[in-house]
Amino acid sequence: MAPPGPILRMRGIGKRFPGVKALDGVDFRLLPGEVHALMGENGAGKSTLIKVLTGVYDIDDGEMELEGRPAAFSSPLAAQQAGISTVYQEVNLCPNLSVAENIFIGREPRRLGHIRWKRMRHRAGELLHRLDLDLDVSAALSTYSLAVQQMVAIARAVDVEAKVLVLDEPTSSLDAGEVAQLFRVMRRLKEQGIAILFVSHFLDQVYEIADRMTILRNGRLVGEYLTSELSQVELVGKMIGRELADLERLEGRPLARETGPLVEARDLGRAGAIEPFTLTIHEGEVVGLAGLLGSGRTELARLLFGADHAGTGSLRIAGEAANLRTPRAAIHRNLAFCSENRREEGLVPDLTVRENIVLALQAARGWTRPLPRRRQDELVAKYISALNIRPADPEQLVQNLSGGNQQKVLLARWLILEPRLLILDEPTRGIDVGAKAEIQRLVAELSDGGMAVLFISAELEEVLRLSHKVGVLRDRRLVAEVDNDEGLTSEVLTETIASGAAS
Amino acid sequence: MTTMTVPGLGALPRKYVPILVTALLLAGMFLAGGVRYTGFASGQVILNVFIDNAFLLVVAVGVTFVILTGGIDLSVGSVVALSTMVVATLLKDGWSPWPVMALVLVIGTVLGLGMGAIIQYFEIQPFIVTLAGMFLARGLCYVIGTASIPIDDPAFTAFAQTRIDLGGDLWISPSVVVAAVVVLVAVYVLHFRRLGRNVYAIGGNEQSAMLMGLPVARTKVTVYAISGFCSASGGLLLSFYMLSGYGLHAAGMELDAIAAVVIGGTLLTGGSGYLLGTVLGVLVLGLIQTIISFEGTLSSWWTRIFIGLLLFAFILMQRLITARRR
Ligand SMILES: Nc1ncnc2c1ncn2[C@@H]1O[C@H](COP(=O)(O)OP(=O)(O)OP(=O)(O)O)[C@@H](O)[C@H]1O
Ligand SMILES: [Mg+2]
Repeated sequence: MAPPGPILRMRGIGKRFPGVKALDGVDFRLLPGEVHALMGENGAGKSTLIKVLTGVYDIDDGEMELEGRPAAFSSPLAAQQAGISTVYQEVNLCPNLSVAENIFIGREPRRLGHIRWKRMRHRAGELLHRLDLDLDVSAALSTYSLAVQQMVAIARAVDVEAKVLVLDEPTSSLDAGEVAQLFRVMRRLKEQGIAILFVSHFLDQVYEIADRMTILRNGRLVGEYLTSELSQVELVGKMIGRELADLERLEGRPLARETGPLVEARDLGRAGAIEPFTLTIHEGEVVGLAGLLGSGRTELARLLFGADHAGTGSLRIAGEAANLRTPRAAIHRNLAFCSENRREEGLVPDLTVRENIVLALQAARGWTRPLPRRRQDELVAKYISALNIRPADPEQLVQNLSGGNQQKVLLARWLILEPRLLILDEPTRGIDVGAKAEIQRLVAELSDGGMAVLFISAELEEVLRLSHKVGVLRDRRLVAEVDNDEGLTSEVLTETIASGAAS
Repeated sequence: MTTMTVPGLGALPRKYVPILVTALLLAGMFLAGGVRYTGFASGQVILNVFIDNAFLLVVAVGVTFVILTGGIDLSVGSVVALSTMVVATLLKDGWSPWPVMALVLVIGTVLGLGMGAIIQYFEIQPFIVTLAGMFLARGLCYVIGTASIPIDDPAFTAFAQTRIDLGGDLWISPSVVVAAVVVLVAVYVLHFRRLGRNVYAIGGNEQSAMLMGLPVARTKVTVYAISGFCSASGGLLLSFYMLSGYGLHAAGMELDAIAAVVIGGTLLTGGSGYLLGTVLGVLVLGLIQTIISFEGTLSSWWTRIFIGLLLFAFILMQRLITARRR
């Protein structure tokens, strides 16, 4: 039996932005009933290819065929109508609308044009239930965490009767359980003959779900491979164009040291967000936080930073009682918080990379003492190269950077402050393997230099690699605090997360 | 955090707080007026507020649509004036009332459509485009004539003098009925039609709305057309109310309309607000005027001062509410 012809074929695709050639002669094909991973470093052109495909951008060169017929879409609406359903990289929903509406807007159940709200809410509830999500569908989307929002975006996309489903980093803020749910849905759709385009920087996920992959590097096609015929090492080599050996792993586990306590939280809590917890972070110590989505990791960090007001308990910083009522006060005491939500709380898209990086440092100095331009340029150049931000142009507008590179800019903003405690909430989300190793190395280096780090990540391996001790959260409670010694493995940690008891 | 507790009301979704504040303010003003002035606390005083502000309400409905998408329409006052001018001139030239009214509505809608198209397809700030529209429409008034033109068409004057009895010495004018119909239709469109939901979506996040495959361009243009249509309707109601056409009618009405929308709790950044709020906002403005006329000795400029202070207060309040949202 001959294999079925491709449902989608793109040939010689080129896309230029002012000063950047984002895509250059890329060929791509998608077969019905397959999961096809699009791989590449940050800035390789994956999202651009998806946006060209779905009519967000015009095509500069090349042509496209859908089911054997030439196709070109003038807008995402047109692509949707042709049967291409897409989840774009950042969560692209309307925070002011309800969950149900975000799933159904544009195709609400109607009778004579009259929107049937009850039916819509009912169907939204069912749909989310199938993804193992139990939400109040009439609550505003903005009341839910980023991860839930991502699941809602996925629910929206998979409900459409599509021929092609495009998922651009859908798993970046999901935890293992949710990823498993998503994969179950993807497999079901695949059996129905739907072609799925999948982007992720988690190689394990790609190897679990993808049948075939296309690799891009610097906007050019490297090749198309069957997943079963390409090893992870080869894949990374092709993605970054050099050998994995360059990305030497951090040797061993960080050694615990005798240092004084920097931050001491005693029975700190906030009703509805996190139960009172007691946690001490020493100077130069990396404390990892592990737990499922919604287990209260971010909430804990926000209390330490004063982004939310604590209802109970006390906080001491360097031995002094501190009542942090605002993030400003926290920054003043040399704490820094790199939020997980880069789009809403982080970057200023209309400013340049340089301006975004020096923003917090400048704010900490006060606006009456501008940072000399020479010093700015030095600092910015240092972090652009340390984090491998691309394009390495400090005057580029942040909104023109790829998702992963935006994340690096946000990280640089807080690293540059050289705070005493740096809180990193999912800092490596959406960052490629190479850069991830760079960031981990940087965190280790900084903590050797005496900086304390609170490191939140859904990736347990990453938490284990960096942390001196790990706090485990479950149902908005800090249930265990474990030293990261030889006995602690990701299995043990998973077990602790699941059972809620210290091992 | 989506709810806050209000004593006696339990948990209330935060999105309703601004409307509640406006409603309380309105009740407070009415009570204060009733205590201070004899004859104030009567049903007819309230009805008069509706009667005297029916045209403003209709105009503010259109402005609400625009502001919900995150835009602004400064041309509404001028379009109202232009409409009165066209009505008066054509009636004087012997046109019969129905075609005149239809023509005025078409002119208003087309003007709005044009501004919307320029905003959308040339990507120019709505503030600039509608500012130009404001000068254009006001200028057209003076091209038609510089003096006030009286309306003495019998059908018009009869309509203007009609009183709809509600029993018990209470009455309203037909304009109030028109305004009520406009409000109800608009509420229906905003909450039960795709157009309305798209309006909210665009105000929430235009980029996302586009990526979700919503017809952003079409919706944005439509919203300005709606605003133009509402301004023309408001112009018709004003010509009944004034029985004249004049280029100086409705001077500054765009600002009254915007003020009513903001006082009604709609965010100028778009995506959040209700038409009920706009109705309350118009009533607040109307009641301020009533109080000042009851006071007798105060000059009418006090109206402006109170509106200004209220606007400050409401914008501050919205700021606090949105800042505390997380
Ligand atoms: N609107 C734009 N204007 C200018 N340059 C852009 C624009 N959008 C993307 N680029 C550039 O195009 C290149 C490809 O970006 P793209 O977003 O496709 O990367 P990506 O492969 O999705 O990366 P990531 O894994 O970080 O999401 C980058 O160099 C980026 O800076
Ligand atoms: Mg991308």
